[in-house]
Order: sequence, then structure tokens, then C-alpha cells
Amino acid sequence: MADLPDVTDATFEADVMNNELPVLVDFWAPWCGPCRMVTPIVEELGEEYAGRVGFYKMNTDENAAIPTQYGIRSIPSLLIFKGGELKGTIVGFRPKSDLRKRLDEALV
Amino acid sequence: MGAAADGVCDIAVVGGGGAGLTAAIYGARARRRTIVFERLVTGGQIATTGLVENYPGFPEGVNGTDFVIALVRQAERFGAELRYEEARAIRRLPDGAFRVETDEGVVRAHAVIATAGAAYDKLGVPGEAEFTGRGVSYCATCDAAFFRDEEMVVVGGGDAAFDEALFCTRYASRVTLVHRRETFRASALLQERAFANPRIAIRRNAVVERIAGGETVERAELRDTATGEAFTLPAAAVFIFIGQTPNSHLLKGLVELDEGGHARVDLRMRTEMPGLFVAGDLRMDAARQLVSACGDGATAALSAEAWLAAAGIGEG
Repeated sequence: MADLPDVTDATFEADVMNNELPVLVDFWAPWCGPCRMVTPIVEELGEEYAGRVGFYKMNTDENAAIPTQYGIRSIPSLLIFKGGELKGTIVGFRPKSDLRKRLDEALV
Repeated sequence: MGAAADGVCDIAVVGGGGAGLTAAIYGARARRRTIVFERLVTGGQIATTGLVENYPGFPEGVNGTDFVIALVRQAERFGAELRYEEARAIRRLPDGAFRVETDEGVVRAHAVIATAGAAYDKLGVPGEAEFTGRGVSYCATCDAAFFRDEEMVVVGGGDAAFDEALFCTRYASRVTLVHRRETFRASALLQERAFANPRIAIRRNAVVERIAGGETVERAELRDTATGEAFTLPAAAVFIFIGQTPNSHLLKGLVELDEGGHARVDLRMRTEMPGLFVAGDLRMDAARQLVSACGDGATAALSAEAWLAAAGIGEG
């Protein structure tokens, strides 16, 4: 499984807001066990949607501005962006098929 | 990998917690084509447990996530396949095999081991659903750190509630553990630790009636069940651990369930339906421990292997 690339407060604008593809950002932290349980599912989707959706992860311990801006109070949280706008927020565990549905909606 | 291809397997394991992953290790080592279907994330209840202190062989405890990741690796190493798919139905076919229907496809299996475990119950009070993810949580190990130096409420009286209340003290200015009864089900050791912790206040005989706030949770509104008096606890976060309900809807009509929804099995984890086994928290009289769930999983897989061999399926 390919490791998701990191996005930070500093690179968020370029990697996410200005990305020509829809983007999914996986908010996680090293101490968050459940986040590590979600990782393999997000990575599988990352391979499945390669070239159609950008996938990034953001460490909420090392980045404060973007998590605060989007009101992240619970992780794992997956946020989907398209054209610089927030299109969807998925908090906690969801079935993989639901995540796929949310990505497909963003692709329309 | 996209929509999973339809397929055939020897053993379909429904549920990727401790019981299911152990069953998969044993199934795969018996050289049976074994597929584990997991609806959400692997590990079940252990996925949201910080430190597991009572698993034999780990005197300092073992991190729940690390344990689950190791189980998955072990199952995959021996050839078990893990699919993140939700089983929607298990059907018995006329020839005695089973059909597992998921949100992604259909698999034909000669034997099924149901290990779907149990789900945490919700309080069902106003504010609970609205504030989920904004202060209401079912996983303190995931979310407590977002409420540093704030007040937290933990609801429940079992091991999970005590464990998580103790975890919350790493971050909270104060934790109030609220329980609707006078006595607790939690293990004596956990109770001792919580009672001795100056950051934990215990409120017995109280029920949460409403969770309220603005953007995020600001308070829990409660009622003392002895006096009938209403009171409020300021809280930025409310963590709920009030019990669990077995995920047995898939077994309805296939096997006998007790009043609580647990499947009746014999000591070999066999149900009355040949080829269908149930292990872990989904079965009757489960000890509801990680170690016993794993033990059940091993027993079920050995029984499945014996059944497949007796039925003359595959080489074994």
C-alpha cells in the first residue's frame, strides 16, 4: 500500500485548495489508534482513485491552523475538497463503500 | 481494489475483530481459502482501545491498535484475504453451501464463521446525534486530546467507561463519570484506580437527559434518579460507554438467538446449522474479553476445518 503524502498548514493552499482534482485529506495523529485502523482503507481507495482524486494526510499534532479552520474536534476525520471548497466531512468509521460514494459524488 | 469480484471460498469470516482475525489465521493455516469481511475497520472494539492490559503474555499491556495490526499481518501472511465490505445477508444454498452478500458483491462459501461482535449503544437523548463529532464521542482515545484542560463527562459503569475515564484524565481538567446505578460492573482494579484519581468525580444514580451547546458541546443535563432532581454538568466533551448490542441481524432466521440477540452455539462454536459457526461477542455466554474472543475464533476455525474435511470439501 502506498503511504499517503503529507499536507501541512503551509502546503494546504497549493496541494488542496488549488488542486485541479478533488482531494481527500485524512486528518490523523500519531497517538490516535483508530486513525491507523482507517489508514489501510484510505490507502486502498487512494490506489483505486489514482489520477482522479488527490489523497493527502494531515498530522493534527503538527498542524493547527487548518484543523482549527475546519473545526476538527474528532479524528479520524476525512474531508473532501473540490475546486477549493469543502464538499464533504466524514467523521469516524464509515464503510468503504460509503467513502467511495462520497468520492464519486465529488467527481460528478 | 474496486468492486470485489464474485468468488468462492472455503471459509467466509464475517467480522474482522479479534475473533474473526484469529479464525482467519487458523483457517488460512489449514490451507483453506479464507476471506474476512469487515464492515468498518479491523479490530472491532479493540480498534478503539488504548492499552489492553489483560491479554496474557503482555505484562506491560499491549496497545490495542498495534495488536490488531499484528493480527491482520499474521492472517494475511498465511494467505487470508481481508475485504472491507459490509455483509448484508448470509443465505443457505440448497447444496449446503452459503452465499454471503455484501455491499460490493457475492461470495459463495462452504463454511461461515460469524464474528460480527457487538456495537456500542447510544444514549438516545436530544443532542447526542447532533453533537457527534463536535463533543459527543464513543472513543475517548480518539478524541479526548481535542479537549485539553476542559471538563469531560463519561457515561457508563463498565470496563470501557472506567478505562476511558482514566484515559481522559491525561487531558481533562476534570472528568465526571456518570452512572445510572449505585454499583459498577467494571473490574475492581479499574474502579480502585478511578476512585483514587483526584481528577475523576463519580456521580452515581444519574442519567443524562440532554446534551446541549452551541457550535460544540457545552454541558450535559442530567437527573438524579434517587431524588428526581435535575442538574447540569459543564462539559466540552461527553463520552458514551453504556453497553453494547450484538450485531446479530445477519443471523436472524438462520440460528437460534437468545433474548439479548446472541447466537446459541455448542462448546465447539457450532450452531445448529451445519457449516455455520459463531464466535466472540456474538455468541451466547461470551466472556466479552479479547482473549476469549480470540480463543473462540480458533475453536470455530478448527471446527470449520473439521466440518469441511468431513464433508469432503477440498484437500484440507
